[in-house]
Amino acid sequence: MSAPINTIQALNWALDDAMAADGSVILLGEEVADPEGGGIMKVSQGLSTKYGARVRSTPISEMAFTGAGVGAAIAGMRPVVEIMLMNFLAVCMDQITNHAAKLRFMSGGQTHVPMVIRTMTGSGFQTGGQHADFLEAWFCHTPGIKVAMPSNPADAYGLLRGAIEDEDPVLFVEHFPSYWNPGAPPARGKAIALGKARIAKAGKDVTLIGYSRSMHDILSVEKKLGADGVDCEVIDLRTVSPLDMETILTSVSKTGRAVVVHEAVRSFGVGAEVSARIHEALFRELRAPVERVASKDSPVPFAKQLENAYLYSHGDIEGAVRQTLKS
Amino acid sequence: MTNTELPDARTLVAIYRKMAAIKLNDDRFISQIKAGRLVMPYYSARGQECIPAAISVLLTDADYLVTIYRGIHDMIAKGVPPKLIWAELAGRSTGSCKGKGGPMHITHPQSGCMVTTGVVGAGMPIACGLALAAQLRGEKRVTVTNFGDGAANIGAFHESLNLAAVWKLPVIFVCQNNRYAEHTSMAKGTSIERISERARSYNMPSAHVDGNEPVAVHQAAKIAIERARGGGGPTLIEATTFRFNGHLIGDTGEYIPKQEYQAALAADPYPRYRNWLLQNKHATAEELSTIETETAADVDAAVAFAFDSPLTEVSEITRDVYASPA
Repeated sequence: MSAPINTIQALNWALDDAMAADGSVILLGEEVADPEGGGIMKVSQGLSTKYGARVRSTPISEMAFTGAGVGAAIAGMRPVVEIMLMNFLAVCMDQITNHAAKLRFMSGGQTHVPMVIRTMTGSGFQTGGQHADFLEAWFCHTPGIKVAMPSNPADAYGLLRGAIEDEDPVLFVEHFPSYWNPGAPPARGKAIALGKARIAKAGKDVTLIGYSRSMHDILSVEKKLGADGVDCEVIDLRTVSPLDMETILTSVSKTGRAVVVHEAVRSFGVGAEVSARIHEALFRELRAPVERVASKDSPVPFAKQLENAYLYSHGDIEGAVRQTLKS
Repeated sequence: MTNTELPDARTLVAIYRKMAAIKLNDDRFISQIKAGRLVMPYYSARGQECIPAAISVLLTDADYLVTIYRGIHDMIAKGVPPKLIWAELAGRSTGSCKGKGGPMHITHPQSGCMVTTGVVGAGMPIACGLALAAQLRGEKRVTVTNFGDGAANIGAFHESLNLAAVWKLPVIFVCQNNRYAEHTSMAKGTSIERISERARSYNMPSAHVDGNEPVAVHQAAKIAIERARGGGGPTLIEATTFRFNGHLIGDTGEYIPKQEYQAALAADPYPRYRNWLLQNKHATAEELSTIETETAADVDAAVAFAFDSPLTEVSEITRDVYASPA
C-alpha cells in the first residue's frame, strides 16, 4: 500500500501531470508562480520552475485574469485559473456566468471555453463573512458550467485531471480546512470523468448524499449509526452539476430514504435541488420525506461559538437520519 | 484631412467599400425593424463607420476581434459575411450562431470575430486572453478590442489595460468615443476629457484621433498594430465619433442637445469621406457608384438569404449548452 498523501500534494500532481501531458495547459492566478510562493497553499509549487511562462502570477485583478482565461480557452489553450477564495468569485462573476458558461451556446457551438477555475473555501478558521462561503449553488444555477467538489486527495487528483480534460468550463471547489488530511494516493495519470457520483459505502436502510466537506462528517456519523444497526448507503456526488441522478435514484429506490448534507447554507441550495428531484422521481417509493442538513441561513460569523453554531453538527445529521427512520 | 503617410488609393477605396457595406446594411436593418420583419434590440453604429473600416484593412482573418453590442460595423469591417449576420438576426438556422446569439453575440471565428459581448467592458479581459494565447504560441496575430467611452469607466477596462501592459500583450484597445454612455454625456460621467490619457496610468502608449477621419484612424492603427506584432505590447486608441441613432433604435435622444446633434450630422463621415476621395482623385465617381451598386446588391442577397432560410429548430435550445447534451 502506497503512503497516504494530502490534497495539496494531489492537486500539485494533477497540475504537473496535466501540464506535462498537454502543452496547452496554463496556470493563471495570484501568486501561483514560484517567486511568489507557488500558490498561497503551495498547490502550484515547482510548476513555474518546470514550465516557465505557462505559469503566471497575476495582479489582484480577478476580472482581468479570469477573462483572460476565457479568451485563452477560446483560442485553444486549457487555462487553469486560480481564484484564491470562493468569495472572490463574486468579483469576476460576469466573466464566469455571462461569458465562460454561455459562449458555446451564444456562438451556436463555434467557440467553447475549456477552462478550469480552481478555488477553495470552508469555515472553521474564524475568517468571518467574506472568506468561507460555499457558493456552488450560484454556479449550479447557471447552465453551461460544471461544478466539481472533491472530498479526498485521490478524488482531488482524478477530478482535476477530468476537469482539465473536459470540453466545458468547470468550477473546481476545494475544501481548504481538509487540505492537510491524509488519504489514499491517486492512480497517477488517471482522470475521473465529471458527472459521475461514487458509492462511498453500500447500505440498505437510508441514503446519505454529500460532497466536499460533508463527506467527512457523513462517514463519521455513518459509523456511529452502523454500530446502532442502521445500515447507511453513502454517495459522494463528486460533481454537483451536472448531478448524477442515475446513481442517486438507484440508491434511493432501494433505501426509500435520503438525507442530503452540505456546508452551504440551506435555502435554495444543492440539497433543495437533489431533494426536489428525488421527490419528483420517487414520490410513491419514498418511505419518508427527504431531509436536508446544511448551514444556517446567515453569513459565516466570526466568533468561534457562532461559527460552530452556523455549521451543522454531527448530531444534526444523525437526527435527520433518525427522522427518516421514524416512518 | 492630413496627407502625411497617406495610404495608397487601393487601401483608401477598400476603406470606402467597408464603410459602404456598414452603412447600407445599417440602413436596411433599421428599415426591416420598422417594417416589423426583424424584432431585436438594435444598437446602430451609423456615424462610426470610419473606425473599423480604417483599422480592419490592416488586419487579416488570423487577427482576433472582440466587440460589443454596438458592433455590427466592426464585424462587417472584419469580414463577417453580412448574410450570416442577417440570418442570425432573423433567427435562422443559417445564422452565424444559428439564431442563438442575436445581434449582441455574433461570432465568426473564420474571420477572427471571436467574441461579441452585451456587457459593457467585458470584452477587454477576454481580448487579453486571446492575445496571451497568441503570445505564448509565438504567433504574430494581434487582438483588437472595441468599446465605447462608457466602458472606460468600468473596472474591466482598468484591470485589462494594466494586465496587458504588465504582460506586454499584443492587444489594441479601441475606444470608439461617441460621447454618450447610454443617455449620459461624457462630461457628466467621465473625469477627464480624453480617455486616451488614461493609458499613461498604465505605462501604455496611446493615440487620440478624429474617428471620423479614416486616414487618421488608419495611421494610428498602423502604428499600434505594428507595435503589437513586433512584441511591443498594447496600445490604447481613442477615436472620437458620434452615433446618429441613439443608444438603440427607439431612443428619441432628448438628452442630446439639438445643436450638438446637428453639428454631428453635418460632420457625417460617410459622405464626407466619399467627397474627399473624389476631390483628391483617389477614386472616380464611377468607381464609387459601382461599389455602392455592388454593395446594395450584396445587401439584397443577404436579406433574401436570411428570410429564405429555415427558422432555427426549437430543439436547438438544449444543444451547445454543454459539449454533449446533459
